[in-house]
Formats: sequence, C-alpha cells, structure tokens
Amino acid sequence: MDFLYILATAIETAIGPIAAVYALAAIGLNLHFGYTGLLNFGQVGFMLVGGYGVAVSVSTFGLPLWAGVLASIGCAVLLALLLGIPTLRLRADYLSICTIAVAEVARLVYRAEFARDVTGGVYGLQGFASAFYDANPFPRGDYGIGDISFSARDLWMMIAAWGLVLVASVVMWLLIHSPWGRVIKGIREDEEAVRSLGKNVFAYKMQSLVLGGVFGALAGALIAVNQQTITPDQFMPQVTFYLWAMLLLGGAGRTLGPVLGAVVMWFLLTVFDETLRSLAATGVLPFLQGSDVGALRHAMVGLALLLLIVFRPQGIIGNRKEMLVNVK
Amino acid sequence: MRRRLVTVLLAVIAAILAVPAMAVADDQSGENLNGQIRIPETVEGIDITVFQGDEEIGAVTTGSDGSWEVELPGPGDYRVVLDQESVPDEFVVDESPGAEIEVSVRPGQQRTVIFRLAPPGQEEAEASPSESADSGGGADAEADGGGEEGVTTAPGVSAGTPFGTKVVQLAVAGLIFGLIIAISAIGLSLIFGTTKMINFAHGDLVTFGAVMAMLFSTGAGGFGNSLLVLLVAGLLAAGAGSLLSGRAPRPVPAVVAAVIALVGVAASTVVGIQGEALDWEVPLAGAALVAVLMGAAFGAGLERYVWRPLRNRNVALIQMFIVSIGISLMLRHILLVAFGGTRQRYDEFQLQEMWRLGPIAITPRDLSIVGLSVLVLVLVACMLQFTRIGKAMRAVADNRDLAESSGIDVNRVTLYVWSLGGGLSALGGVFYGLNQTVYWQMGFHLLLLMFAAVTLGGLGTAYGAMVGGLVIGLVAQLSTLWFPSQLMNAWALAIMIVVLLVRPQGILGRRERVG
Repeated sequence: MDFLYILATAIETAIGPIAAVYALAAIGLNLHFGYTGLLNFGQVGFMLVGGYGVAVSVSTFGLPLWAGVLASIGCAVLLALLLGIPTLRLRADYLSICTIAVAEVARLVYRAEFARDVTGGVYGLQGFASAFYDANPFPRGDYGIGDISFSARDLWMMIAAWGLVLVASVVMWLLIHSPWGRVIKGIREDEEAVRSLGKNVFAYKMQSLVLGGVFGALAGALIAVNQQTITPDQFMPQVTFYLWAMLLLGGAGRTLGPVLGAVVMWFLLTVFDETLRSLAATGVLPFLQGSDVGALRHAMVGLALLLLIVFRPQGIIGNRKEMLVNVK
Repeated sequence: MRRRLVTVLLAVIAAILAVPAMAVADDQSGENLNGQIRIPETVEGIDITVFQGDEEIGAVTTGSDGSWEVELPGPGDYRVVLDQESVPDEFVVDESPGAEIEVSVRPGQQRTVIFRLAPPGQEEAEASPSESADSGGGADAEADGGGEEGVTTAPGVSAGTPFGTKVVQLAVAGLIFGLIIAISAIGLSLIFGTTKMINFAHGDLVTFGAVMAMLFSTGAGGFGNSLLVLLVAGLLAAGAGSLLSGRAPRPVPAVVAAVIALVGVAASTVVGIQGEALDWEVPLAGAALVAVLMGAAFGAGLERYVWRPLRNRNVALIQMFIVSIGISLMLRHILLVAFGGTRQRYDEFQLQEMWRLGPIAITPRDLSIVGLSVLVLVLVACMLQFTRIGKAMRAVADNRDLAESSGIDVNRVTLYVWSLGGGLSALGGVFYGLNQTVYWQMGFHLLLLMFAAVTLGGLGTAYGAMVGGLVIGLVAQLSTLWFPSQLMNAWALAIMIVVLLVRPQGILGRRERVG
C-alpha cells in the first residue's frame, strides 16, 4: 500500500476538473433545495441537456463552441419551464417524483434509436471541444508540486471550471443577499406567509428552478468539454444522488457549502477507492474483486447520505436551524 | 477438454447468431467494431486497439460497463488487439479466442467482437457451457444498444403481424406488466398513506425479492443459508426483546436480544463457511415463498430499526426522503456486488409452448402470473376491506392523527404496512423476474413506473395503486404499437405528468388542496 500515492491521487481528484463540475451542479441544487426548499431529484437531467446542448450544436450542426454553450443554457431554461409549470403548484413530494422521472425520460429519449442522427444514440458524440483546447495558453508539459501534477490540458480545463465555480458562487452570494434572495428563503420557511405578503410564489420558485437548472447545464457542458465525448448513460440518476450527498456534506443553504462538499467528497471517495483497490490487488480481501470497487463506492455514498441526515443534517458549515424545512 | 470444446462451439454459434442480428439492426450508419467485456464481470479501463494491416485505426478504453466501440473508415479486414497489460491482475485473457482477433467487416456492419477474460489458472475449467451461452446471448442483446432498458415487448409480435393481433398481444403483455406494477406499488402507496413518506428504496425491495428467489431456486449453499440464519436470528431477537420488554427490568430485554443476535451472526458465519456442504434448493414456487417472507421481514426491519427511530427523533419528511435514497443506493449496490451485474433467468418455466385461447396466445407461465396476481390483489383488497387490521390500515392512511386518537396503535399498523409492502414487492419482483430477467437494476427501473402508477391512481390509496398500475402497464405496452419500444417507459412517465396537470389528486384520490 502506497499511502503517498493514494493521498496524491485523492488531492488531484479533489481539486481536479471533475470536482469543479460537481461543485457547479451542486451550487444549482443548493439554490433549489438549500434556499428555495424545492426537492429536485433530477438535477442530472439539467446536466444531460447542458452537455448535449454543446455536443449536438458543435458536432451535428457545426456551430461554434460559444453558441453551443448558449444552446445548452437555452435547453436548461426550456426543461425547467417544462418541469416547473405542472409541478411547482403542487406539494414538494410531487416535484421530487416528477424531477426524477423527467430526468430519466430525458435520458431515454437522448439514447433512443430515432434520435441517433442528432444525439448519436447510445454511442453518443465525440470530439466537439477542440476549439476550447486550441485556445489553451499553456505549453505542453506537466505542471504541479511533488506527486501532484496535471497536464497542460487538465490545467486549462481546471482554470476554466473553477473560474466558472467562482463566478457562480459570487452570483449566488449577491442573489441571496438581495431582496430576491430574502423572498426565496421566505418561501423555504413558510410559503403561505410569503404568499400572504402578496408575492407570486410560483414565479419565484420558477425563477429559482430555471437559474439552478442553468448552473446544472453549465456543469453538464463542462463534463462534455472535459471528456470530449458524451453518452447518455453517463447521466444516470446516481449522479443526482452524488450531488445531494455533496450538498448535504458541505452544508445546504450556504454559498460555499456545495463547493466544500464537492472537494471533500471527491477526496474521501478517491481515498476509499484507491485503498480498496490496492487492498484488492494485494489479496487481503479475497471476496473482493477489482470491479466491485465502483459499486461499493455507490453504496458508501448511500451510507454517507443516511448518516449525514441522521447525525449532522447541516453538514460541515451549515446552520442547523435552516435545515429544519419540511413538506407542507 | 470436452468442456473446452463445448465452450468454443457455443461461442462460435453465439457469434454466428450475433452477426446477422447486428446486420439487420443497423444497416444505415457506418461500420464499427464494438463489444463489451462482461464475462465473468464488467471490467473498466482495458485498452483495445484496432489495426488494418499495420496501420492503427483507433484505440479505446472500455467504459464503466465494460463496453467499447471503434468507428471504422470502411469495410475490410481488421485486427483487434486487447492490451494484456491493461487487464486487472485478477484476470487473464482466455486462450480462446485470445487477445488478438481478426475480423472482416461487411459494408454497413457494426460488428461485435467478443473477448473473454478468466480468473488466472482457471481459463479452461471455469468456462462452463451455460456461462458461455450467456456470453453469446448477452453480446447479442447488448449489441443494438437498446437492450439495457429491459422490458421486452410481447411475444409473437413482429413487423408482419396484423394490427388486430398485435393489439391483443400487446394488451395481454400490458396486463401482465400492469399487474406486476400494481402488486409492487400497493406497498409504496400504503406506506405513503400511513407515514406520508415516499419510499425511494421500494424498487430495490423488488430487486431483493427477485434475487432472493433466484438464490434459493438455484442452490442456496453457503450464502443463502447464512442469510436465512441471520433472518431467523433477527426475528428471534426482535421477538424476545418485545416479549420481555415491560416484564423484566430495563436492561434485560436489550441484552437478551443482543445475545440472540450475536449468536445468530456467529451461526450464520459458521453456516457460510460450511458453504456448499449444506447445499439445498427448492422449486421456484418454494423459493418465491421464502423470498416473500424475507421481503416482509426486511420491510418490517426497515420500519422498526430505521424509520420509527427517525420519526421519534422528529426528522423532517424531506430528510426522510433523502435517507430512503441513501438506503436504496446501498441496497442496490450491495446486491450488485453480491450477485453480479449480469442478467439471469430462473431455471424453471422458461421454454414453453404458447397456448392459444381464441385470439390470445399466451405461455402457461404468463397465464399463471396473471392468475396469481389477480388472486393476490383480490386477497389484499379483501384484507383491506373486511379484516380489522385492514380497516385500521385504511384508517391510518386516511388520517393518522384521527386514527391514533380513536385508539388504533399507529406504530403497530405502520409495521404491518411495511411488512405487507415488503412482501408484496418481493412477490412482484419474482413475477417480474419470471416474465423478464433478473438483474440488479430491475427494481429501480420499475420504481419510476410505480411512482407513475401511484400518482396516477392517487397517492396513499391502495386501490389507486392497483388501477394506476394497470393503466401504466397497458399504456407502456400499447405505446409500442406506434412508437419505438425503447420509449415505452417514457410514455408511461409522460402520462403521469399529464395527469398531474389536469387532476393532481389522481384517478381515485379525494379532491383536496395539494399545493
């Protein structure tokens, strides 16, 4: 067992582009759940339309990359409207069922046979983000300290992704400390009270859903750009549950909660993964096979969700009082 | 050596079968080579390179499900090489067909290439005929990429069938599917009614039932015995604990329960180590019974040891949803680790002759599923309508506080609801596995349809779940008359969203303010 290697890998993952992507999507989820009290179990649906917004515009229709990003934002707005109009007037549990269902339907539609000309079906699309990498200002080579190193490509991607996370966090902070933010938090605490003050609760919830969805879509676009390839089956419902675990770990209802949650979560997951993998390789655990590690990791996330809710619902930096929201 | 020969033969046959199917499935798009490393299990991160002559055409790494694909410039002869360095240490590449395969690709063909891995030293012995048949069939099913979403359409329906026959056959398939959804969803709806909680882990109770039936019908040596002993010990511990509580001084019941549980764990370990020495198996019907009992006990255990303590801690409902998601993630992936990711079928009742009843063609297996499901639904309805506990369940589902203040022991009723729900969903899982295949995600896919069924029928009502399940099953199957079968679940979920728009309380739900 090489602890230094495990530690280095874990740090690389924790500050790498993937963690940034999840942080961005979790920021959107934080707006939905942490501030507005919307139970969105389908954030991965927004990531899906965001990722495919970029991929389809560039690969299938030959548009430039920036137009692809605009398209993915447009798709997210559309999805939020489609989702919100029937369900936002209903109780929170209806929204939760509908979001999980809509995200799954979206995945089924994108991977369906008839959509293959546009989305590439199950095989997805590849090679649409060369414009982004051509703009890379760093010369080829590895950058880093000690065992932690990133290629020039990863470094460029990380700067873009974390930059976006920073912008999103600042936007969130400004929004939440504005009158709009106070109304949103009021809706989370007591919808009826806000309604009796003459606010249009439905419109506010819809704005929150749209904005959080756009953050999700940007995260999806980053996934697409980072991997240069996209398939519908990357967007399984588990991704949403990962986001929930990160949000709850960091602390819902805090600007930095989702960011912290994503970094810590990826660090812990990688440590868990690599430790199990090296244990399996040395043969200490005879019943464990290398390919089971991924599945065990999902199970760990489930356990983490359970324990967090029971013992520390406010997460690392959250405020316990703010997390006592309930379905009315 | 004979076994090996059989393996090779079967692999060849499977490849021959797979190739024409591929050619029919996709003759529009360009050529490619694809496959999935999934025997004995899916392996991620294996490098595969495709050469034409000495020129490299493309290189890929297998994805998380072990699948890979390389686009080809055109038809011709190709050499596919699997990098042995990238294979995890616990496997070696099987000598047949080896790590290097030469294939010729016809115009427009999307050819599946099968690599086989085996544990080191067992390359020859372990590849049993059934396994390799599975690999062939698996490659076939995965090849068009549509196989994953599970539900197949009705038997005997192909392009040439007249429309009327198609309608009848699909309606029958929809009826079966709907009954399965209804059976599994009753528990979901009653649980929502009694505790106002949406149980996101309900789908995995379905998988649990199907997998348990599989375990006990195919020889339950070792692992199955351990599980059974654990179950019995748990029941004994809980029973002794509740029997003694109130009659003995405070620490005694807890200590007795803990001792029994510990003895149970020890015994189950011993039985597990004994392994195949205590092997036994029952016919599928018996295994189904065991599975239902285990499902009921599991549901009751969840209520008693997870949900009731959480309710006593005043954990809010939203938080409970998240806990149920956590439980479902855990359960699903533990089942995946314990039983593997391949699709399996029950041994019994597989290849059956169709019976013709007028315009309907149905296998005896499906007919008995229909009969048994209807019987179970009627029994559950009678139970809810005429027995004391049934009436109490409906009363608690209707108004928990009122039921409590009129002297009903709400906690006890909730416990019964959970065990009823667990048992019924396990039964639903056995039927679903019998009708389709057993695999680790079956319950999760069914869960979304169960949600659709309970919302459609009216959240919290048992009869609503039955009606909603039937409607969803029929809609899903009949939609394949006009639309691609990959989208059948999407249509069922779309129906749910439309219903929420026009009648949020569902078909049988009482009109109340829900927003």
